[in-house]
Parts: sequence; structure tokens; C-alpha cells
Amino acid sequence: MSDPAYVALDGVTRQWGGRGGVADVSLDVAEGSFVSVLGPSGCGKSTLLRLISGLETPEAGSIHINGREVTHLQASGRGLSMVFQSYALFPHLSVRENILFGMRVRRVPRNARDEKLAEAVAMLGLEGLEGRKPAALSGGQRQRVALARAVVSGHPLCLMDEPLSNLDAKLRHSVRRDIKGLQRRLGLTVIYVTHDQTEAMSLSDQVVLMRDGRVEQVGSPRALYADPVSTFAAEFIGDPPMAIIEGAALGVSGALIGLRPEHLALAPSGQGDLTGVVREVEYMGAETHLIVDHPAARGLILSVPGHAAWQPGQEISLTLPKEHRVLFDAQTGKAKKDPQQDYGGDRRQTAPRDSRKALQSHPSTD
Amino acid sequence: MPDLAALRRRRQAIHGWLLLTPTLVMLTTFAFYPTVATVWTSLFSRGTRRRPTEFVGLENYQRLIDDPTFWLVAKNNLIYAGVTIPISIVLALAMALWANSKIPARSFVRTAYFTPTVLPMIAAGNLWLFFYTPGFGVLDQIGALFGAPSVNWLGQPETALWAVCAVTIWKEAGFFMIFYLAALQTIPPDLKEAAQIEGASRWAYTRRIVLPLLMPTTLFILVNAMINSVKLIDHLFILTKGGPSDASKLILYYIWENAFAFFDAPAAAAMTVLVLGVLGALAAFQFFVIDRRTHYR
Repeated sequence: MSDPAYVALDGVTRQWGGRGGVADVSLDVAEGSFVSVLGPSGCGKSTLLRLISGLETPEAGSIHINGREVTHLQASGRGLSMVFQSYALFPHLSVRENILFGMRVRRVPRNARDEKLAEAVAMLGLEGLEGRKPAALSGGQRQRVALARAVVSGHPLCLMDEPLSNLDAKLRHSVRRDIKGLQRRLGLTVIYVTHDQTEAMSLSDQVVLMRDGRVEQVGSPRALYADPVSTFAAEFIGDPPMAIIEGAALGVSGALIGLRPEHLALAPSGQGDLTGVVREVEYMGAETHLIVDHPAARGLILSVPGHAAWQPGQEISLTLPKEHRVLFDAQTGKAKKDPQQDYGGDRRQTAPRDSRKALQSHPSTD
Repeated sequence: MPDLAALRRRRQAIHGWLLLTPTLVMLTTFAFYPTVATVWTSLFSRGTRRRPTEFVGLENYQRLIDDPTFWLVAKNNLIYAGVTIPISIVLALAMALWANSKIPARSFVRTAYFTPTVLPMIAAGNLWLFFYTPGFGVLDQIGALFGAPSVNWLGQPETALWAVCAVTIWKEAGFFMIFYLAALQTIPPDLKEAAQIEGASRWAYTRRIVLPLLMPTTLFILVNAMINSVKLIDHLFILTKGGPSDASKLILYYIWENAFAFFDAPAAAAMTVLVLGVLGALAAFQFFVIDRRTHYR
């Protein structure tokens, strides 16, 4: 990005007894962009958000917001708002008082308060609920109140910590659209923590994929999907995720080969690149997922349109088109553009990955 | 078949009453019957060998109203309640807020505050007797270090009631702190962080979020403190026995005196009825008026 970074982290570290948290994270967030911090639980993504918000102080490194050094500044002085997974609404206050709480304690004059309140209430469709207590609201409404509270603060930076995790699947979609709409309309810079790759992919301009307290990959959703830097990224992004096949099975030694499921194709019996066994058949309506077992592969999932007449236990032949294969180093798990390229000087080393069971796309990293 | 429906309804009713019976028996034996018996006793004269008991209506109450000691004791008890209730609640809240924050030796602080509660009131009375004793009591010895004259805290009418109040506050604050501490721990830390980000100072957070959320606890403690201000008189037996010249005598002690020292059961009964009436009215006020303004989660 050519814009100057609105939020800039430089070598930020915060750990507890040398464990957990985040280690040496550097990150630039452009103004007005929607950035997701994605990762499995325990990867440090929430810690990262708390460091930016000022609820946590880094042990090393610096944080700048809007060109200002805020590393040791209190949360209230950083000019940001935050939306919590638990909503963090004050249970004894009505919707109106909850939304206006910040303005109250900051002594904003009454008419300015009322104006902002009306605006935020209309924007989030909370009309008629102003007098209610949070206990009398549904989960979606509560999260909307929390969003309204963030909106009236007028801060250009909004941090969200898994705001949709406590909602059911249907509400999740509608609140997700609300969040995106708000961000676009108000030109907010949003840093959004989630463990759900679908949310991250569908909402963001940039995705920051984290693993074990470090940044694994930063890029647009498309870049993460098409060019994963490692098998970890490959298997975390996408639903179903990328299949990983040992190179030896396909005649490429010393490498792992990744392939997105949509590029897998059925081949006539015995003529494909791989022949596996159907383990499970999942009928999804518009398509059917065939989960295929092969000794040299994990995460082999073939998507067949409509209903498929496959049965578990049947042999199945698959074609893996060469042009869609992504090569990873068998030792480091890092992507290599060219099998001959030397990656010995890579500064971010990851441990060699032991072979995991197929489909296990959320390795626990605690 | 209407008979069957009626039968079923009746069986259900019998079931309900059976379930209520244990509670009903206990309450009747230990609450309802004694109350009625007390009211009944208060309407009869004190029987002597020569003059048997007879119905006198409200004469016992009239006698109470004419008794200056009763008014003095009532005034003492009002001062006692007015001093011990607010001070012990405020102290309990302050200690709980402190013991709930991140401080070193937190569990030691909590234990130290709670210790007075574990002591029996009589033991606490003896302990404080040692503090208050003129000459070699702890208070006097500390005072002597600074050249203060010896004070007979329990022996003079001006200080006796206050000395008794201090013991009660010392005893109760730690007990109430436990309730506040429990309530504070149910407040999710998210609320504090949300308030912090909104720019609320620690004081604003305490006043606008914590105190309102503690209201149900405060109400509960208030009811308890009120009851205790009438009930908690054990230390009087050790410290002052109501003296000197009734300066530290409280209602319940006076009732006890009437019943078991002067053997005037009707007077004691009449006083008990009055106390019951006042406490009942207060409890009703708390639950119907303050309750409605309190937020329960």
C-alpha cells in the first residue's frame, strides 16, 4: 500500500513468562481499510488487538496511531473504539445510556449527544429500543448497540474482538453486513479479530494470518487464497481448505503439493494422478463433498455439483492439474515458486510439520 | 367426566400442601407461634402470687411510653444503628474494592479483614475489653506514648456507646466485605475495559458502573445490618452491661433485662412487639421502594 500507515506496529512483543501472546509483530494498517487478524485460538490475535487498544502494554516495540506514538498511552487517549465479543454492555443502563456512556463521562453537551444518538440509532436500526435494558434485547440487537456505542464515539479507528462469535449463524450474516456497511459509510479503519476464515475473507481488504504469536502472512484475501506462503496458511484458508499431497506420490521429490479443492477433478477409473478411497460423503444441497483418503495426502475433498451417487469405501481417481499446483518445501512447509529456488535464507523458520490427519485445518497452537 | 377432573385437582392440591408442610411446621413453631404468643402476653398484666394475671389491654404499652428508660434506650439504639450501619457498609465497600484490585498479598488482606467475623461476639468483647481497659489497655498505652491522659472509654456515659459502636463496626465490616467481594467478582472485566476505552476515569467507572451493579448486594447488606443493629448485643454483656447509667443500653438488652432480670415478661413482650413492628415496616420499605429502583441481573 502506498498510503502512509494509519496504525503501525513495529517489533511489538508481549508474552507471559516467555510464552503465549505475540512476539516481534510488525504490521501496517492503511487508513480506511478493513483488516482482519485471523488465526487459530491461542495464536495471540486478541493480545495483538489489546496491545493496539492500550488495554495491554508491550514489553518491546512501538505502536503508532495516525502518526502519533501511543505505545505507553492509556486506552482513552488513543482515539479508538472497541467492540467486544461479549458485547460489554452495561447491564443496568438502557440502550440510550449505554450508547451515550462515553459522551457522558467526556462531558459532551446535551444537544450534541442527542443528535449523535439519533444518528447512530437510525443507522443501526435500533429505533424504539432506546429505553430497553440489554437483558431485554436479542444477541444481534445487543451487538448492534455495541456497534452504535463505537459509532457515536466518532473515533476513526474501531477495533473488533470476535464480534460475531456469540451470535447464531443467521444473525452472524446480517450483523456482518451491518459492520461492513458501517465501515464503508463512515470511512472507518477497522481491525477485526476472528478465528473464522470465512469472515476474514469476506470482510477484509487485508488479512493478517497469525500463528504462534507471529505473523504468518499478510495480504489481500485473494493473495492468501491463491498464494499461501506455507502449508499452514494453505490449510487455514478456504472452506474446504487446500489439499496437501506428498510430492513423491506425484513424482516430485522433496516437496509438498497443495491444490485448492475446486481444481481437483474426477478422472476415469485408474487414469487419474491419484487413486484414493471415499471416506465420507457430505451432501450440501447445491453440491456434494467427497472426502477422500489417500496415504500420501491430507485434506483431499472433492466437490461434485448436485447430489452424487458415491458411497464410502469406493475407489476414486482424481486429476490434479499441473497449472494449479502450489509447491511447498517438504522440510519447512514454506511455499516455493520454483522447485530449484533456494529458500535456505528464509528468516521466518517454521518447524517441519509432522503429518496430520486430513481435514485438520485448525491445528491447536497453544 | 367432571368428577375425574375434580379428583385430579384435589390430588394436586393435597400434593402441594404436603410439599409445604415441613416449612410450615418449622415456621409455625419458631416464628408464627412465638409472635402470636408475644402479642398475647403483652396484653396481660404481670402475675404475682397475690394478684394473678389478668387482661389489661394496652396498659403495658402505656407503661412503656411513660418509662423514661425506654426512650433513652430507644434513642441509644437509633444512634447505634445510625452510626454502625453506614460506617460498616462504607468500610466494607472500600475494603472490598481494595481487596479485589491487583495488590500484593491479596489473600492475606482478605483473610485479615475477615478474621473478626470468625470470632464469636463474646470473644470479640473480651478482646476489646483489653483494648479499652483504663491504665494498661492497649488504647491507653498507645495514648500514653503521646502523652495523652488515661481515658476510661467504657466507664463514662459520654464515650461508652461510641466504644460499643466501634466494636460492632469492627466485627461487621469484614463480614459485609465478603458479600461485596463476591458481587464484585461477578462483574465481567470487559465492562471495565469498555469503560476505559470510552474514556471513563477509575472514579467514573466506580460510580456509574460498579456502584449501581452492587445495589442488590447493598440492599441485602442494609437489611442485615439493620437487623444486626437490634440483634447484635452480645458484647454489651461483656463490655458495659448497658451502663454507666444506661448510656450504652440497647433495646434488646433492655428487653432481656425486663424479662430475665426484673421478671416482667409482659413489659418485655410489649417492647418486642414494638421492635417487630418497626423492623417489619423497615423491611417492607426496603423491599417495596428501594427494590424497585435496583437493577437485578
